[in-house]
Amino acid sequence: MAGKVLLTLNVNGEQYEVAVPVHKTLLEVLREDMGLIGTKHGCELGECGTCTLLVDGRPVLSCLALPIELQGCDIVTVEGMASGGRLHPLQQAFAELGAAQCGYCTPGILLSAQALLAEVPKPTRQQIRAALAGNLCRCTGYTKILDAVELAALRTDGAADVAEATR
Amino acid sequence: MYPAQFDYHTPSSIQEAISLLTRLKDDAKLLAGGHSLVPMMKLRLAQPKHLIDLRKVPGLSGIKEQGGAIAIGALTTHYQVESSALLKQKCPILPETAAQIGDPQVRNMGTIGGSVAHADPAADYPAAVVALGAELVAEGPKGRRAIKADDFFKGLLTTAIQPDEILVEIRFPSWPAGTGMSYMKFPHPASRFAVVGVAAVVTVDGKGACSKAGVGITGAGTKAVRAKGVEAALAGKTLDAATIQAAAEKAADGVDVQDDPLQGSVEYKTHLLKVYCRRALEAALARAKK
Ligand SMILES: Cc1cc2nc3c(=O)[nH]c(=O)nc-3n(C[C@H](O)[C@H](O)[C@H](O)COP(=O)(O)OP(=O)(O)OC[C@H]3O[C@@H](n4cnc5c(N)ncnc54)[C@H](O)[C@@H]3O)c2cc1C
Ligand code: FES
Ligand code: FES
Repeated sequence: MAGKVLLTLNVNGEQYEVAVPVHKTLLEVLREDMGLIGTKHGCELGECGTCTLLVDGRPVLSCLALPIELQGCDIVTVEGMASGGRLHPLQQAFAELGAAQCGYCTPGILLSAQALLAEVPKPTRQQIRAALAGNLCRCTGYTKILDAVELAALRTDGAADVAEATR
Repeated sequence: MYPAQFDYHTPSSIQEAISLLTRLKDDAKLLAGGHSLVPMMKLRLAQPKHLIDLRKVPGLSGIKEQGGAIAIGALTTHYQVESSALLKQKCPILPETAAQIGDPQVRNMGTIGGSVAHADPAADYPAAVVALGAELVAEGPKGRRAIKADDFFKGLLTTAIQPDEILVEIRFPSWPAGTGMSYMKFPHPASRFAVVGVAAVVTVDGKGACSKAGVGITGAGTKAVRAKGVEAALAGKTLDAATIQAAAEKAADGVDVQDDPLQGSVEYKTHLLKVYCRRALEAALARAKK
């Protein structure tokens, strides 16, 4: 039976109804059926982290997740980070410090970092490294990424004001 | 990249999951965190016609204390183990092990039951499961049975769980006062799986002699095993540096160390086993004395 299933997914605070084959992963459903192409395809086997998004606040690999299991969960993709036309403090810091080169790894790294800052607002460099251990970057050499997460953390006392302050 | 097509089932009880397994037999696979199974399905190394998702089955997840022992539900994620206050206090080797698995994304989805049922030779948990002398509780059409860790890992990706059984829980017995435990792993630099991993649990009595020891080995061979030679070399002895060194020399005895172009030669892994065994014993002993 290869029919489609009707799923209700909560992505970036909005409810979406999609009819998809059950064997498609969340990564493919987001990109192909929902038009949310911020989440990137990499290895597609769980190794590179570029497909990372947040499920109930925790980083998860969308290339290994079946959307049918995630109905009722809060899913956040990179498209959900900016609010009201303002970049998230992490996005702002990445842009300022040149922490993205080709940018392919960036959505996944931003979301892993967002989950870290939600749990540990002022992380050490070691904690940042551990939180980003599952996200590979082939361009930057990581130093600027670590710097940018630190900068965002430094600026984030009341996350909402930061985008304002850094304008 | 998609897995091949399958029918998806979400049983709402263990009994329903077992009757699905019994009915669908070899055409079905159980799905836990999907972090070993989904990659295998994408690579067509597994092509189940039916997936039975265990994640919505009540009663399969969680960590509880029962008469001194600790019971961990099969569907408990690596992250839940890593962050459990109860385990950090009562059985710290389990959070220590969980924290060394893969990366945060893998730990958020992967489950302890999926890891031991899959029995990857380079998986981390099996070393601690063997060292602590855990019991693995499987449930099938005939009811529940407890399988001793020493009888559980049968070979490469093979365990004592029968095709119509589900691993429901892992029980870790309590160890006496004066016990220290440690898991030491040499992670593969790319995959983070264990090239070798050694779990050491030692109990020292009032006079500083070793009254009980459990040592489990993973990574080097085709399955996790108990390092009987190491345990025998510790029994009853005062654990000074020379005794620990001599015991660690026996770490590879009885391990079917595999030659692997990506993971290392037999000689290399044998050497690593001895070094990591010594380090794990030293750390366990330091904690036992605290
Ligand atoms: C990038 C990456 C890195 C990793 N690094 C490590 C590492 O460093 N160390 C490590 O130990 N592991 C590592 N893993 C593996 C990870 O821990 C897996 O989560 C784990 O091996 C399987 O657990 P799961 O819950 O995902 O199981 P699944 O993938 O859902 O299932 C695995 C197998 O077990 C069976 N199964 C699952 N649950 C049960 C049950 N309750 N009863 C009976 N059978 C069951 C399934 O049918 C399937 O055959 C890594 C995985 C990835 C993707
Ligand atoms: S695409 Fe998911 S981890 Fe690489
Ligand atoms: S910026 Fe190119 S992969 Fe990270």
